[in-house]
Amino acid sequence: MILNLSVIKSYIAVLSARFRTLLQYRAAAFAGFGTQLFWGLIRVMIFEAFYRSTTAPQPMTADEVITYIWLGQAFLVLIPYQGADPDVRAMVRSGNVVYELVRPTNLYFFWYSRAIAQRTAPGVFRALPMFITASLFFNLQMPPSFSATCAWLISMLFAILISAAITNLLNISLLWTISGEGLGVLLSSLTWLFSGIIIPLLFFPDWAQTAINILPFRYLMDIPFRFYMGHISPEQIWYHLPFQIAYLIALITAGHLILTRGIRRLVAQGG
Amino acid sequence: MTNALRLYMHYLSQSVRSQMQYRVSFIMLSFGHFLTTGIEFLAIASLFARFKHIQGWTLPEVALLYGLINISFAFADAASRGFDIFGTMVKSGDFDRLLLRPRSTALQLAGHELTLRRVGRLLQGLAVFSWASYTLDIAWSVPKIYLVFTAIFGGACLFIGLMVIQATIAFWTTESLELMNTMTYGGVETAQYPLPIYRIWFRKFFTYIVPLACVNYLPALAILERGDPMGFPIALQWVAPLICIIFLIVALQIWKIGVRYYRSTGS
Repeated sequence: MILNLSVIKSYIAVLSARFRTLLQYRAAAFAGFGTQLFWGLIRVMIFEAFYRSTTAPQPMTADEVITYIWLGQAFLVLIPYQGADPDVRAMVRSGNVVYELVRPTNLYFFWYSRAIAQRTAPGVFRALPMFITASLFFNLQMPPSFSATCAWLISMLFAILISAAITNLLNISLLWTISGEGLGVLLSSLTWLFSGIIIPLLFFPDWAQTAINILPFRYLMDIPFRFYMGHISPEQIWYHLPFQIAYLIALITAGHLILTRGIRRLVAQGG
Repeated sequence: MTNALRLYMHYLSQSVRSQMQYRVSFIMLSFGHFLTTGIEFLAIASLFARFKHIQGWTLPEVALLYGLINISFAFADAASRGFDIFGTMVKSGDFDRLLLRPRSTALQLAGHELTLRRVGRLLQGLAVFSWASYTLDIAWSVPKIYLVFTAIFGGACLFIGLMVIQATIAFWTTESLELMNTMTYGGVETAQYPLPIYRIWFRKFFTYIVPLACVNYLPALAILERGDPMGFPIALQWVAPLICIIFLIVALQIWKIGVRYYRSTGS
């Protein structure tokens, strides 16, 4: 695969076209913001009640958990919980997916560009309002230092790229209708559980921590959020960044291989 | 009335038969549903391992709340698929066809599909409920069994009522609003914990506007024989679940008003 400039340009064009399309759904984004606010409030109240009930030391302070919860609500779009790209799903159902094979671009990166847009665009109208609302009214705290902010931003960038790679795996799994559905459900549940969106990962039992640390999902939310709060010191980015890059490459390579196999067994029916 | 019920049963059996054509897919999706909903309980159990209790409620007691609400939501979710996709029906104009048939629209939508894969949530709700009942060593008497059944039935009525209202809004907006999910899914999330842990405005909302407390917290108090820090009369714990049947009836009346205002998109 030769990556020259014009090829990269075409992927960027796909990304930005998809991004702009997704930005059109403003009413949905507004409703989504309301929903997320509500969810965040429920979670915050539950944790506040838990902290009122104990004096035992916890892996995070109550304030940290609250910030963590609001960050999770603001960046919910990073979790591919709605599964694959609905357009890809429709294409596979109708058989129009064969048109995708005709394009003079690499199909993996074509879909990957769309996935990046899917993991960022809906966040534009949710993340910023959530940030402002939660920091004004609900005790979302700012990063403690400039270096913490930088570390957070770097790990967030890779969180987006990893999330898009997982989304693309879900897209590709659609080529196997039945077993793909199963894989999709499994992958979504793993992401949901081990990213930190339900509860901060440190609250899981100690014996589960090893598994959590091996899986890539904590890089979607948990690690970036802890950089944000200064819960992990900013220098640690040099430890975590290589892992993020390695996971990204592994996920993309795996997606590539599976896609190639999927296309080989694809039978296009005429008509 | 019996005629309508027979038709409804016929709708359901058709729906079940069609879903059983794809058996592997059904098993896979049910299992996936079991997994995704079961995960929430793992998280709750982890929190209790760290914090021991939440304002005096232990994990098995909270598991009872959790089991009850998930069982009733699973029933409601399986039965109300028609109302769930109602927004797209309005958009595409497919609702016009329902109006032409000599049966009530609510009946036809209710019979649209019985989503069997919701059995995943049902099973994990039942599992958690059984575990809670076993661990707490609840002495099941006739009144307590009555409480469980009315709580589940009332809960299902409440959630179906909420979904009917959500669908009714689509008459005006031609779009189902995600915002209503805060009442349904958010309601499930809320009811998994005892009501007094929440702020007062929030408690009031889920007691007087959306009577969630009536099908979960109040009957659970009677089952657990716990005192109520919120000071509702004891008798209320026994009749509360029935209030949600009224909620559903009111929702269906609002639906009728919606149907009267319906303007087809014409497409």
